[in-house]
Amino acid sequence: MLRFVLRRCGLAVPSLFGLLVVTFLMIRLVPSDPAAAMAGDAATPEQIALLRHKYGLDQPVWDQFVVYLGRIVRLDLGESAFTHRPVATDIAQRLPATLELIFASMFLSVGLGVPIGVLAALRHNEMPDFVLRVLSVLGVAVATFWFAIMLQLLFSMQLHWLPLRGQLADSVPRPVNITGFLLLDSLLGRRWDAFGDALAHLVLPAVTLAFGGLSGIARFTRAGVLDTLQNDFVFYERAMGFRRSRLIWRYVLRNSVTATVTQIGLLFGGLIAGGVVVEAIFDWPGIGSYTVQAILTGDRQVMLSVTLLVGVIYAVVNILTDLVHGLLDPRLLDRT
Amino acid sequence: MIPLLHVSDLHVSIRTDAGIASVLDGIDLTLERGRILGVVGESGCGKSTLIRTIMGILPKGARADAGEILFEGENLLAFSEAELNSRVRSSRIGFIPQDPLMSLNPVFKVGTQMLEIMRDHAPPDGLRGAARQRARVQRLVGLLRRMQVPDPETALERYPHQFSGGQRQRLLIAAALACAPGLVIADEPTTALDVTTQHEILLLLRELVGEFGISLLFVTHDFGVVAELCDDLCVIYAGQTVEAGPVHAVLSAPAHPYTVALLACHPDRADSFQGIPGSVPSPLAPPPGCRFTPRCLHTTLPCSAAVPTGRSAVGTAVKCVLYA
Repeated sequence: MLRFVLRRCGLAVPSLFGLLVVTFLMIRLVPSDPAAAMAGDAATPEQIALLRHKYGLDQPVWDQFVVYLGRIVRLDLGESAFTHRPVATDIAQRLPATLELIFASMFLSVGLGVPIGVLAALRHNEMPDFVLRVLSVLGVAVATFWFAIMLQLLFSMQLHWLPLRGQLADSVPRPVNITGFLLLDSLLGRRWDAFGDALAHLVLPAVTLAFGGLSGIARFTRAGVLDTLQNDFVFYERAMGFRRSRLIWRYVLRNSVTATVTQIGLLFGGLIAGGVVVEAIFDWPGIGSYTVQAILTGDRQVMLSVTLLVGVIYAVVNILTDLVHGLLDPRLLDRT
Repeated sequence: MIPLLHVSDLHVSIRTDAGIASVLDGIDLTLERGRILGVVGESGCGKSTLIRTIMGILPKGARADAGEILFEGENLLAFSEAELNSRVRSSRIGFIPQDPLMSLNPVFKVGTQMLEIMRDHAPPDGLRGAARQRARVQRLVGLLRRMQVPDPETALERYPHQFSGGQRQRLLIAAALACAPGLVIADEPTTALDVTTQHEILLLLRELVGEFGISLLFVTHDFGVVAELCDDLCVIYAGQTVEAGPVHAVLSAPAHPYTVALLACHPDRADSFQGIPGSVPSPLAPPPGCRFTPRCLHTTLPCSAAVPTGRSAVGTAVKCVLYA
């Protein structure tokens, strides 16, 4: 088991190094002068040249890369040209909001998608199955931004049930910062008002983000369960009188979720990418809106760091996915 | 004394896109206590449907149209799914499936699966909680040891893929006996195994019948296996019982034209390779009356009417106008 994990971690290192090289080179193709962007509109050419020298931008690309690499290894991500604070600090401050949003969406899409998929498979070619098919076409076809705006119009503007944007109302003081995760901090500080308000703010962005993933997960679960039901062992388990609920939700489902777990891994990446749009629409103070801001202001350090961060998250999720596969199906662990 | 299992005039049909298929059309069989009954027929003759009907797990679109399945005097066809689960499966009827490689759930430990069987169906032992669990594990380990599974103490902690085909069949036999049923139904349990393993499994089954006080319904297409294992024999052709009786009587003096023709095909008996001319009729449009009529050598007789059951000279029950 430990060997399995270490091997997967080892395999992630070259991928991440490749990502580092590619982003570093690609960002140099962007037709903007980072020193000019950093200095601002009112800067004189001398000030720009000074900045360029200060950040080593007048050095050969190779030297710049070596310096960059050295700093990455020490977890020094540089300084944002826009906020003038270390990028690492900015990310540390904003990452919890993004993770909170992503976990909420995952919770929704898995918590609803898996049961929906199972029901659709059990009622194959009947009503629940048709509903799922419509749902999954919608999940792929509906644009996130449109869906988000529709939700905002209905639930915030018309019905006034849920807040329109942000993570916490201005009238509610932030709970004491313990973990950085707003919901968690509200709970730990027993700030029920903040918890309720944060939860209300979370609903619309989480639902928006979950929608596409939910239909994907339901579809893969449905296919997996249908496939599993064909197996001899399902007939055997029925013949031996396994209780139906346990047969489906334990013995069949465990065999069916391999594709779903892969899908959840992919979904996590998709949620990070989709989060950029959702965070921008709902003014969510996370990594996504930070990235949009960085792109609009040509903030190189931030773009590089965020790309790398997403890469690391992807790699970790992939390792976790493999690990879960191994736990679900012991035959895989024996093979490695 | 009433027989343990008595199936009479069982009719099962399946609704398909091409029409209604009459899969079982008059199955009669009787299994007496402590006996081994072999049900023999070619592939497609309805053996699997017969097993599924007895266990109450029919495929989609299938239904029993007529007949009775009397098990210990109760008609299983009248049982609801919940009743079958709570009062019949595992607790009174154990099942040994055809393919040991595919019949165990690959992602659960053997012990987990066997304990799941015992969870709802094990006979009450007056124990609760951890003590009951320990007693059940102990019973399973004892069964595995009796089935000659290597390292029975640790076998429950292993996964199915860590056992060979023959060992997995032994696990499944132990599972069938776990809740001490009176009847065990075996669906060609040796077909997927190589010949030496097959022989060992048959010997084991033979011993278990007396040892555990069970009766065995053994379904197969192989007369050789029947001759080695069974006490009684029931021959099925295209969903109809054609001949039934003690194994030695049927094999030494086959009476029904189909049994005669089929035994003549067996490589051990035939002088040269030969088959039965014609092919098995489609269950979608079967011939009326005896379904063997189109291939039978005695077709001048009124075979398309309802088939009477007669007695052969050696006392086997034969469904053929020749013996009426």
